[in-house]
Amino acid sequence: MRKDGTFIGVEVDDAVAGDAALAAKLREVCPVDIYSDADGRVDIVEGNLDECVLCRLCLDASPAGTVKVLKLYDNEAVLA
Amino acid sequence: MRFFEYEAREIVKRAGIPVTDYGFTTDASEARSIAERIGGPTVIKSQVLTGGRMKAGGVKFADTPEEAEQHAADILQLEINGHQPRGVLVDPKAEVEQEFYAGVVWDGTRKRPVMIFSPVGGIDIEQVAEEQPDKVGRRHFSNILPFGDFEAKEVIASTGVTGSDLNKLVPIVTRLARLFVDNDMTLAEINPLGKLKDGSFVALDAHMDMENEARGRHKKLLKDLGVGDEETRQAREATEFELAGEAVDAASHRGVAGNVTEFDGDLGLVIGAGGGSLTLFDAVRKYGGRPANYCEIGGNPSVEKAKGLAKLVLSKPGVDKIAVMMSIVSNTRVDIVARGVIAACLELGFDPAEKIAIFRIPGAWEEEGFKILEKYGVEYADRSVSMHEAARRAVEKIQGGVTA
Amino acid sequence: MSILVDESTTFIVQGITGREAVNLTRECLDYGKGAKVVGGVTPGRLGREVHGVPVFDTVQQAVQDHGAPIDGSVVTVPPAFTKDAVFEAIENGIKLIVIVTERIPRRDVAEMVELAQLRGARIIGPNCLGIIVPDVIKMGGIGGPAKDAAKAYSPGPIGVISRSGGMTTEMSSTLTAAGLGQSTAVSIGGDAIIGSTYAELMPLFEADEQTQGIVIYTEPGGRMEAELARWVTENDSRLPIVAFMAGRFMDEMPGMSFGHAGTIVEGKEDTATEKIARLAEAGITVAEEISEIPEIMKSKLAERGSVVA
Repeated sequence: MRKDGTFIGVEVDDAVAGDAALAAKLREVCPVDIYSDADGRVDIVEGNLDECVLCRLCLDASPAGTVKVLKLYDNEAVLA
Repeated sequence: MRFFEYEAREIVKRAGIPVTDYGFTTDASEARSIAERIGGPTVIKSQVLTGGRMKAGGVKFADTPEEAEQHAADILQLEINGHQPRGVLVDPKAEVEQEFYAGVVWDGTRKRPVMIFSPVGGIDIEQVAEEQPDKVGRRHFSNILPFGDFEAKEVIASTGVTGSDLNKLVPIVTRLARLFVDNDMTLAEINPLGKLKDGSFVALDAHMDMENEARGRHKKLLKDLGVGDEETRQAREATEFELAGEAVDAASHRGVAGNVTEFDGDLGLVIGAGGGSLTLFDAVRKYGGRPANYCEIGGNPSVEKAKGLAKLVLSKPGVDKIAVMMSIVSNTRVDIVARGVIAACLELGFDPAEKIAIFRIPGAWEEEGFKILEKYGVEYADRSVSMHEAARRAVEKIQGGVTA
Repeated sequence: MSILVDESTTFIVQGITGREAVNLTRECLDYGKGAKVVGGVTPGRLGREVHGVPVFDTVQQAVQDHGAPIDGSVVTVPPAFTKDAVFEAIENGIKLIVIVTERIPRRDVAEMVELAQLRGARIIGPNCLGIIVPDVIKMGGIGGPAKDAAKAYSPGPIGVISRSGGMTTEMSSTLTAAGLGQSTAVSIGGDAIIGSTYAELMPLFEADEQTQGIVIYTEPGGRMEAELARWVTENDSRLPIVAFMAGRFMDEMPGMSFGHAGTIVEGKEDTATEKIARLAEAGITVAEEISEIPEIMKSKLAERGSVVA
């Protein structure tokens, strides 16, 4: 699953998107509410994407490579 | 926050200082009944938060209740310096033998309040201080110790007042000092403080100013006086644009978009923070620019807040371009502000490269910020370009000149 | 050397668990030689840690834990609790208090300042970003994260005093770029009543051998600049001073409030025009633009025969 704002895009690997524990964790760690957990599934709140502060907390909270933050203003550079 | 005279008198009265048997009303016929109750000659005074009401015809004397009603009707219609009166105060015309002055203000240098007392009242105390300096007594007092009667005695006696006048004035001056402290005033002034024919003293007019930051701890008093939270009582009423600025600030809790003030120019400003805004506003004017607004954005605002402010400024009639400028930021983030102002342009259907005359915010996250600006073709500057130089470039651009 | 703080200064952070305070603590620990933040205080949070700094319920506990007097405190608690926090610090023997909190009523500030005077303590602020000695220590949020602060500030002969926190960094950065480092930069706060004014800090800079000149940032409102002018004249100061005055436009709008709480023109003596004249009489040059400050300072230093590091 991938959603894009104007400046920031977020991609969550479909293999982990259904993980209820991860969904809850992502919702909790993101300081600008980009993640929500709809029925135990990871969901991305499109309206909040551009508020991303590049803090990496979501990357640290998920298995390596399953969540990607993309800088749309920088040739989709991936925050890793 | 300044109080109307009728409110200031109420505050004085609550502090135990004698006042005349006045009445406040917004209705001319009620002015008549107040005059009837007083039962003698009265003074009708416009209740406005501006000076010069005497000269403007906002104070009139009436011998009868009918006359009081007529004057009240006139004064209620009379605009003074652009202010519509809140109502009128109907005051007994006191038989005054002598007018005194008593006031308290802060002395920022000594960091203490100072009591000012003079046996010459009824006129500006500054004028008395200039013309008869020996008639003005000053006494600083402690912030920690309670104001004592002896301090009142000293300041009164220093102006040559003695006898029963001195003894009668002491409790009034002491209560005024305590009122100042207890109510977080920045100014508490009784002028004139009248000595009546019978030798008693009474407050004939009062000016009170409460510190805005302290309003929260005087909720009861403000409620009793009928002062709502929304009443800011600035030097002039907020414009629609300024109210919209407050709404932008309130809409997102992160960061501050404060002091949005409307001006009559074509260059919109998204500037911050306190000192930076003052510097940049001066700089724009120095180079002949005409700012459309003043504002102070800072405190690490969200993208939403930066965008909201930029949209507001961009939508202001007459605004051709905006300049986004700050002093070096350490808490506020360059990339977040860049996203906000660019998103504002995009959402309004403008080309950011065209609408943003210059972006000069160096500091935290500038590398990311500059990448964003680069992508949208917005002219930006780092710390090697001074705030004044950035302002000059913005002005040049809006005036169609050749950019450096 | 420096004024107010040096590498041996110990301090606590009151309100350490607040969002901004957590960042500020990190910044101070990381900057220069690493500040000795010996504790933090947030009532009810005894036993926690913020970036390795132990948290206590009271200042008293922090002092006991440290086992020796603590030099300073950075106070970042909400306005309604600031006076009590500052009294607590003073009554526990702390002599240098940096108050970051904004929007504190004047009466509270005046009470804190008076108690500090009685106890021989000094207050910087309120509504300020604190103190920085380049490459050595910072006490407060001044300059931001360590790497940003390192970019703007460099060691050298200039003392900086500013009513605006942000402008302290802007001016210091301009000085740094021109090769003029700073001995100590102090953000003194923009309120109507503050703990330490220009004139009150001047004797410290005067006594500091490293300091050869002073740069100040000033605004309309208040009498602080007149007081500085008087101090400089009466004490025949050895230090050349260059000032920058922002908010000149406010002369045309008395009674309107812009910038800091203390920046409101209330009488004819506190307008920008009047202040610039007052400063000029005392030999203090008021620069038209910040970028001119280094050159003016350099020529003043040359006149006095100072050797610029």
